[in-house]
Amino acid sequence: MTEAAHIRGRAWVGDQPLFDSVDLTLRAAEWTCLLGPSGVGKSTILRLIAGLETGVRFEGHAKASQPVALMAQDAGLIGWLDVRSNVTLGARLRGELADTARADRLIAAVGLSDRAAHLPARLSGGQRQRVALARTLFEDRPLVLLDEPFSALDARTRTGMQDLAAGLLRDRSVLLVTHDPAEAARLGDRIVLLTSAGLQDQPLPGPRIPGQARPYDAPQVLQTQAALLRRMLAA
Amino acid sequence: MRTILMTCLLALTLWQGLLWLTGMPPFLLPSPRAVLDALWLNRAEIAHAALFTGTEVLAGFAIGSTLGASLAVLMAASRRVTGVLHPLLTFSQTIPIFALAPILTLWLGYGMAPKIAMTVLIVFFPVASAFLDGLLRTPQAALDLAQVMGASRWRVMRHLRIPAALPGLATGLRLAAVYAPIGAVIGEWVGGARGLGALMIHANGRMKTDLVFAALLVLSVLTISFAKTVALVLRRLLARYGG
Repeated sequence: MTEAAHIRGRAWVGDQPLFDSVDLTLRAAEWTCLLGPSGVGKSTILRLIAGLETGVRFEGHAKASQPVALMAQDAGLIGWLDVRSNVTLGARLRGELADTARADRLIAAVGLSDRAAHLPARLSGGQRQRVALARTLFEDRPLVLLDEPFSALDARTRTGMQDLAAGLLRDRSVLLVTHDPAEAARLGDRIVLLTSAGLQDQPLPGPRIPGQARPYDAPQVLQTQAALLRRMLAA
Repeated sequence: MRTILMTCLLALTLWQGLLWLTGMPPFLLPSPRAVLDALWLNRAEIAHAALFTGTEVLAGFAIGSTLGASLAVLMAASRRVTGVLHPLLTFSQTIPIFALAPILTLWLGYGMAPKIAMTVLIVFFPVASAFLDGLLRTPQAALDLAQVMGASRWRVMRHLRIPAALPGLATGLRLAAVYAPIGAVIGEWVGGARGLGALMIHANGRMKTDLVFAALLVLSVLTISFAKTVALVLRRLLARYGG
């Protein structure tokens, strides 16, 4: 199995340890769900892999072996650009010519064709995350880092976004940082729980059909969700 | 429009009332009527002076804004530049502009140049500081994305930081538009024979208070129209950027 990214080390916030001797290898073409309560350093691990500023002291090594695309809870849409220009933002920032035909196909894939010329202010929270998803796909990078991208959405929109993302990000290496056990149970090909004690692999609710999220109401998924929550509470 | 009319009416009433109550002589406080007469009698001279002052204001505003905005971008682009320039910028604002006027006249002569320079000095600071403030507040989410997308520093500046800071720039420009005429008029007070400032100083010396007030009135109208126009143009141009 090829490796998509690897991080090993420990981190401190000031003098307080944030996490202790973490060792995580992301396998290519697989969804790794990094689950944990708020404040244990999940996002820090993602940002370290992305090479972003974290504000913590990190000793160790973090490296993505594949080119990276990022999608976060804050959709980070540019307010003065319409949906299509937001999707092609990366091309503009790299000084490349934007492939608008491909952008339009991706906008159609996330179901926003009739909104392509709208400014983000006119979109709902769910629609904004769909634009962010299209923008992430436009980057066309093998490794996609998702930093709680659906956690600000209502349950119904979130479930829809999980299905959409599972389909559109098929065959990519994905690191999904989440604090939602249900989300991890639906999407993970591998679920890793991060607590102050470190990282622990968690049992899966059976294999996932590629390109699909597991049904939210399947008994195994619900059992895994409950088990994950139990471990989060125990930690 | 109605509020403006009401305000004018109230000001005129207070003014006339003050005259009736105190019985001040016209050479100290002329009546509204006397000011209007002075305005009409000296209309050619006042119009000429207003044109002169207006030119200085426009030129000073254009040059000062360009300088201020460029300086802000430069400072936002490099911490080292900011380290050197920021104290200098603050220091420049501790010098009273009145103290500089005679020196500028000495250096640049009695023409338009020292007045434009004064206006530039007054304009560039609010523009630079408001714009810089905006440039340093680009949303972190957008900057993170740009970094992961592999954007160069210059492209981040051009495509994200500058557009995101345009509302800040607009605030600076609106402020600067109000202050710009002050620079020009101070310059005219200190040296030279043309413009509304010079007209006021000369009229004051000859105790022609009604003419001073007439010139002042024109200056106010000029300033308000300029500031309103700048605000309107900015609102049209920057609607998309949340300005």
